[in-house]
Amino acid sequence: MRRLILLVPLVLFVAGTLFFYQTLRERQASEIRQSSIELPSPLIGKPLPAFELEDVKDAQRRITAADLKGPALVNVWATWCVACRVEHPVLNRLAEQGVVIYGINYKDDNASAQRWLRDLHDPYQINVSDPQGRLGLDLGVYGAPETFLIDADGIIRYKFIGVIDDRVWERELEPRYKALLEGGT
Amino acid sequence: MRKLLCALALLCVGALAHAAIDTYDFDSEDQRQRFYRISSELRCPLCQNQNIADSNAPIATDLRGEVYRLLDEGRTDKEIVEHMVARYGEFVRYRPVLTVETMVLWFAPAVFLLAGFVILLVMVRRRQKALNNAQASELDEQERERLQALLEKKTRDD
Repeated sequence: MRRLILLVPLVLFVAGTLFFYQTLRERQASEIRQSSIELPSPLIGKPLPAFELEDVKDAQRRITAADLKGPALVNVWATWCVACRVEHPVLNRLAEQGVVIYGINYKDDNASAQRWLRDLHDPYQINVSDPQGRLGLDLGVYGAPETFLIDADGIIRYKFIGVIDDRVWERELEPRYKALLEGGT
Repeated sequence: MRKLLCALALLCVGALAHAAIDTYDFDSEDQRQRFYRISSELRCPLCQNQNIADSNAPIATDLRGEVYRLLDEGRTDKEIVEHMVARYGEFVRYRPVLTVETMVLWFAPAVFLLAGFVILLVMVRRRQKALNNAQASELDEQERERLQALLEKKTRDD
């Protein structure tokens, strides 16, 4: 009986190993799904941060948070972001379906952004130019693409980090977006 | 001479290794210290196992810039960390605040250490007890004399 006590550390070790192995597997699985591990955003339930920035297509036009009227997707993107290129056709398709999408052109230059939008089609209703990444910082952006779902009052309801593909849209975003549309009317 | 050159080359390598830290102008030595202290306490959200002072990721560079900007604005250390937490979440703290959720993080090591000591104590006590019992079962004076006598008798007989 006393001998059995000696096995306690071994049992604990094996249990710990299994636990960490499982956690690691889950993380790897989520990494395949998304470009990075998702951190919970503290901005959920808070309004979009205040800003006043240029429009990507029209430098004269000033855009503030009030211009981004929800329910809508606010997509943080950049021309240097390879994953954004993968995501872009999906956004085009969603825009065609009537989904409201606003863009935040994160740490980019307007000329490249305009060329991208001309060549690859422009799914955005408004595109905010954030060359310094100040708005991105206020939004807690750490890797484009990131997408926020805002409601009719401009409150952030959900954040998705990584590429939106059809599966992500159907599983994560569409139900929430639809709910906001129905709730808003 | 060669040794001297080697030493100089090594010094250059050292300088290169430090080049990850960007060049900021600080008003005072105190502010510089604060900058390094704060940026070594903030976790890089992208790399996750590095603080923003050590990381070369673009986001870490941006966050260092933000720390510098806020310091320049005259914010306190606490305000700067809160500013980051409000945007990137509790995760960016390398020293998590004490909440119900983080209790395990804070106290698990102490609990394990304590458990280790308790186990050690129990084991030592047991061993001592066993040792005492063994000593108690040793021969007393009378028995020892008898044994001696028996042994002597045996050698005489041989």
